[in-house]
Amino acid sequence: MTNLQLVFPEIFLSLSIMFLLILGVFKKNSSKIIQNLSLAVLLITAVITFNETIGINEVKLFNDSIIIDYLSSLMKIVTLLATFLVLIISSNYLRTFKIFKIEYPILILSSVLGMMIMINSNDLIVFYMGLELQSLALYVLATFNRDQIKSSEAGLKYFVLSALSSGLLLYGCSLIYGFTGSTNFNVIANQLGSSEYAITFGIVFILVGLAFKISAVPFHMWAPDVYEGSPTSVTLFFTMVPKVAALTVFIRFLYVPFLNLIDQWQMILIFLSIASMLFGAIAAIGQTNLKRLVAYSSIGHVGYALAGVATGTNEGMQSSVIYIIIYIIMNLGLFSCLLMMKRENQYYEKIEDLSGLSKNHPMLALSLMIILFSLAGIPPLAGFFAKFYVFKSVIEQSMYFLAIVGLLSTVVAAFYYLRLIKIMYFDKEKEKYDTDHGLWLKFSLTFSTLLILVYFIFPSQLIEVVSRINII
Amino acid sequence: MNFPILSSLILLPSVGAFFLFFTRSNKQNNFTVKYVALFTSFVNFLLSIYLWILFDHTTSEFQFVEQRTWIDDFINYKVGVDGISILFILLTTFITPLCILSVNNSIKERLSEFLIAVLIMESFMIGVFCSLDLVIFYLFFEAGLIPMFLIIGIWGGARRVYSAFKFFLYTLLGSVLMLVAIITIYWLTGTTDVIELYSLGIEAKYQNLLWLAFFSSFAVKTPMWPVHTWLPDAHVEAPTAGSVLLAAILLKMAGYGFIRFSLGLFPIASEVFTPLIYTLSVIAIIFTSFIALMQEDIKKLIAYSSVAHMGYVTLGIFTIQQQGIEGSIIQMISHGLVSAALFLCVGVIYDRMHSRLIDTYGGIVSIIPKYSVLFMLFTLAALGLPGTSGFVGEFLILMGAFKDNFLVAVIASIGVIIGAAYMLWLYKRVIFGKLINNDLKKMIDLNRSESIILTSLAIPTLFFGFYPDPLINTIEVSISDLIETYNFRLASKI
Repeated sequence: MTNLQLVFPEIFLSLSIMFLLILGVFKKNSSKIIQNLSLAVLLITAVITFNETIGINEVKLFNDSIIIDYLSSLMKIVTLLATFLVLIISSNYLRTFKIFKIEYPILILSSVLGMMIMINSNDLIVFYMGLELQSLALYVLATFNRDQIKSSEAGLKYFVLSALSSGLLLYGCSLIYGFTGSTNFNVIANQLGSSEYAITFGIVFILVGLAFKISAVPFHMWAPDVYEGSPTSVTLFFTMVPKVAALTVFIRFLYVPFLNLIDQWQMILIFLSIASMLFGAIAAIGQTNLKRLVAYSSIGHVGYALAGVATGTNEGMQSSVIYIIIYIIMNLGLFSCLLMMKRENQYYEKIEDLSGLSKNHPMLALSLMIILFSLAGIPPLAGFFAKFYVFKSVIEQSMYFLAIVGLLSTVVAAFYYLRLIKIMYFDKEKEKYDTDHGLWLKFSLTFSTLLILVYFIFPSQLIEVVSRINII
Repeated sequence: MNFPILSSLILLPSVGAFFLFFTRSNKQNNFTVKYVALFTSFVNFLLSIYLWILFDHTTSEFQFVEQRTWIDDFINYKVGVDGISILFILLTTFITPLCILSVNNSIKERLSEFLIAVLIMESFMIGVFCSLDLVIFYLFFEAGLIPMFLIIGIWGGARRVYSAFKFFLYTLLGSVLMLVAIITIYWLTGTTDVIELYSLGIEAKYQNLLWLAFFSSFAVKTPMWPVHTWLPDAHVEAPTAGSVLLAAILLKMAGYGFIRFSLGLFPIASEVFTPLIYTLSVIAIIFTSFIALMQEDIKKLIAYSSVAHMGYVTLGIFTIQQQGIEGSIIQMISHGLVSAALFLCVGVIYDRMHSRLIDTYGGIVSIIPKYSVLFMLFTLAALGLPGTSGFVGEFLILMGAFKDNFLVAVIASIGVIIGAAYMLWLYKRVIFGKLINNDLKKMIDLNRSESIILTSLAIPTLFFGFYPDPLINTIEVSISDLIETYNFRLASKI
């Protein structure tokens, strides 16, 4: 019990959630305080994580069911900071819809707690518990704008489909437990061998569940509807944060117990990756709602991130982590723009609403253009480097088919990003949008745009941070 | 040399663009905005002249090399010039100020944004020509798409959206395979440094596929038949300055790439695919010349003539003869000057009459004589009349071709005749003939800035036509060295 300080971030977060809940119940009109406290909690947790665990090489706790290593510390910090930014830019949106309530930050915090447990997990049961905690919070968040029928529909849809996938995932866990006699990743790794094919069934079921959570094709069907129906701030959260945790679990689950079975799962991952990249690119072309479009684009980006994981090498996995970090920054910028498209208490989310943005709001349009070019992967913006690292590791393994299909789908995807730019820059202008945005919204847009723009000057830094991940 | 002259050349236009970014363009300060841009690009031109003066043309080594670690243990930022690349840098820095000078009438709104795009474009283009690392090269090569897409899309003509998309997607599609090839080269050899790769060589069995991947990118960019179709659209819809940039500089990136990478890195594959290039080049020369003959839109005609001219360039490069490659480079430089001038000429009458159709014009020789004279000069240069730079290039290319393959050379020579036909016929229909359209009488002759632009393009066209020595001196050693290594590597099979 000496190493309890290593899980101090989780302990602190859970205690804070309970405290905030009680505070919210007993104090009237406390949503603003709770919001600010939650922000503080997120920051403090990130700082604690950084201080306590970033230097730790690899420590396992609680009968080896929790692992603290560099990967988990890094991903936790990314999760916490991303959540911080989401929370801080969503308050104006929530106020507009009069859903600025105490539950919102608390639910987000609980979901973050679930993700942190997922990231830490070295055991199927711990992993499943974390997953469920995060999902349950997310179901409620999706329905958060409960007066709107679309939001409720989104939440319900998400709940039903997600419960199904959790069931599959649990079935996979029980299969693996049945054949190896343990739920612990390391023990499973040692028990492989005789019952290889049976275990493959388990892996497939778990991968299905995970693919659902990360919204990879063919388990993506929920994503467009849920992303469209949920309040925009929640969509922002959906597109960024849960993917970090899910990717970490992907990496941990495939690389720790089942690296020797790479022949079995590599094809599945390549398929998931190719299908996501192509489908995300092609299906997004016909969309007219920006949030739906973002949903398809995020499906595509997940495909690229999975391509790195599919290599089964340290470099590949690192490139996926880089990809997801850059993707988060780009998405943050994209949604900051979406949250700025407001006129008299109404938010606009149709593609046509972008038209002529460059005339009315040149800076906003410029930022959005940079973000979109980056999402399309055009050099010298950050998005290009994300793809570049992934394909570098993919080609190292001579997976040329994956690389070429991936790069060709970037061309297809470029089409719909270009379409948005075309609407902003080439079309006639409409009415102006409000310009009284919150300071934080402006900050997050500037921050993400600048980061994307100047990333090419300091590309080594991010690599350095990520290259310390070493789990094989 | 401690002063990083190449990096300054790359950065300076961007710095100018950065300043322009803070000046909102409106009616009052359009003048300032334009002169800031002009000043920046002119200083850059002087800097490149200085570079040419310092350049030592007795060696084929890369000069002014700068190297900095960029991504640890992976990519270095490395730039340098040799005889092959320096002329393209000069061409870029020479054309850009003229482009900026020419925006007087054609760009009415968002002037400062337009100039920012042009300047950033210049940065990227110079970067392409002096990068000595494949990844850096790719970065600049692709990055150029963004400003060009905006130039066509925002300031273009009626079908600009279609053209901008076609331009962007075509070239992006061509380039992604090159990225795969570049990463593959990295894993095969452990480096993307061009100089190191020149000395290491690439194993023969990988060369063919890698060559094809590079080819897919360069062929679209050149553009070679049958992937040339984006070019007429892009040219027709782009504003004058955009067409000039596109024709004069963008198209040269591919020709440069063929010499630098296809010949330099994959000699065995180049030998294998020479028939392919010959066939496509000859088709481009003959076929697109005939298409040009039938065009009704002046800009489109010149665009197709560009495809034909680039056909000569690719033909010359793959003759692997001293004259052939020299001719290709001179042809590219000459085409850079002449096609830029021709597009500017079209721009001049388009600004006055708002029509690009040949039918609109006719008999304007007596109304705008100064214009007619200059247009004549560039028409003759485009068809390769002796005494213009166009002749030197075409002549050398055909000489190289005759040495290598008689049949191809004969067919290509026929192309020269068709080229003369469509250019002269164009000139006849636009300038001579009966004055039918009465609106034409109101046309005014060249104004001051237009005269300056066209004259400054005419001077080098004539000068290098009579005295191509400065150009040939610059490239001679580098090319003979390139051919020597090529033949050596071919013999030793690496």
